Amino acid sequence: MKRWSLIFTAGLVAIVLATFGFTGCKKKGANPFPASGTIAGWEKSSETRTFTPKDLWQYIDGDSEQYIQAGVVSTSTSDYKYKGQLEAVVDVYTMGGPDGAQTILERGQTKDAKTISVGDEGLQYAQSVTFRKGNSLVRIVAYQSNAETAQALLDLARGVERNL
Amino acid sequence: MTSRREFMKEAVTGAVVLGAASSLTVTHAAGAKSESKSKVVIARDPALHGADGNLDSARVTALLDRAIATYTGHTRPVDAWKRIVAEGGAKDKVIGLKTNGLGGKGISTHAVLVFAIARRLQEAGVKPGNILIWDRNARDLQACGLTINTDPNQVRCYGSDVAGFEDAVETWGSSHARFSKILTRECAMVINVPILKDHSMAGVTFAMKNMYGVVERPQDLHASGCNPGVADLNAFPVIRQKIRLTIGDAMTSVYDGGPGFRPEHLWQPNALIVGEDRVAIDQIAWGILEKKRAEVGLKTLEAAGRPPRYIATAAGSSHGLGVNDVQRIKLIEV
Repeated sequence: MKRWSLIFTAGLVAIVLATFGFTGCKKKGANPFPASGTIAGWEKSSETRTFTPKDLWQYIDGDSEQYIQAGVVSTSTSDYKYKGQLEAVVDVYTMGGPDGAQTILERGQTKDAKTISVGDEGLQYAQSVTFRKGNSLVRIVAYQSNAETAQALLDLARGVERNL
Repeated sequence: MTSRREFMKEAVTGAVVLGAASSLTVTHAAGAKSESKSKVVIARDPALHGADGNLDSARVTALLDRAIATYTGHTRPVDAWKRIVAEGGAKDKVIGLKTNGLGGKGISTHAVLVFAIARRLQEAGVKPGNILIWDRNARDLQACGLTINTDPNQVRCYGSDVAGFEDAVETWGSSHARFSKILTRECAMVINVPILKDHSMAGVTFAMKNMYGVVERPQDLHASGCNPGVADLNAFPVIRQKIRLTIGDAMTSVYDGGPGFRPEHLWQPNALIVGEDRVAIDQIAWGILEKKRAEVGLKTLEAAGRPPRYIATAAGSSHGLGVNDVQRIKLIEV
């Protein structure tokens, strides 16, 4: 009896691990926004707001059209603060497919962009990081710039990437 | 002296329609008529931003004074502002300051400019409670660095999310709109305080496009590069009558990737652009944006597939909102 109980428990643990331990945060619909304190120095400073394609204009006005044309399904955004001073915003656009995310990423690219190894493809500027991973396009923008900005944004981007 | 033929030509193109709104410009000795050209003043101060990247509020106020003095011909700010209020029919009435905070923090009308205008209005005798700073909603206002305030004894600041929109749908041309009650019911006169930006659909967003923030569903006006949406909207009587002056914030701008905040495309023109003819202002602003795009090797807005066609539409005989012919715009740079 004890032996069967042990086998049952071990099986249950294996199922739980398989479900949450290995695929947990990668589940569709998981929250991509790192909680306060999970990335060194970063605090999540606002509630997450989510927009459907129909009401995306309320957030980004006419800019919404290019995302809609590229197949955006939903958009979520949240504000962050680094060490209580540097302010930033994280936008996560969930597209209908990877092509849409790539289209948007390429559209904004300029010669100043530095390629970074975040997600499937990533670009960094002095005050912003943009990357795509699967169907997601993530844009992180800082409102100020100091010596720490670039590295701090990169850390936050990697935190978001892990949650996708 | 303008001939009868010239006068009729101006009437057709809308310059005379704007005549009433052009009354702030320096008049001729006879005092009978405003200058025939639409007047636009660009005031610049290369040292507007300090070493820390922040705007110097004293310099912003000085720049505002220089722009308004040049535009009105009154060297003392108090005289200029008294005239602006009187000509706007807003003595002892509510004067709105319509900002633009849609682009979010970093690319919204700067609070320091709004405060400077509010201060000059008060010095000209306007009660604080008769000054209403407004935009679409609290978030947009906060993006400008403003704080919501509904105290009737102080300079007020709130959005259409608080005041609401008219039930009636108004129609002009092919465009339909429900207007903010702040515009229709509260303000006797509005000073337009937009910020200059590139716009992914319209090409340029500045004086006329800022009116998208006074209606309930601006997204309905975005088709075909916002043309004729922008022109239609500015042709509605309530906008023609109440938006009397534009003090455009071109202190910071984005030359590409707008209308949102794109730090990689941010630049500091360090300028204020003042005028009453919003068409003329947008035409000049378009030129400024194109010059910057050329400097950094970007395509023209035409080549990028998004020229601001709404400017010509607004100037055309169907709308008659102002002048887009640069030869007929009196541009003064100080």
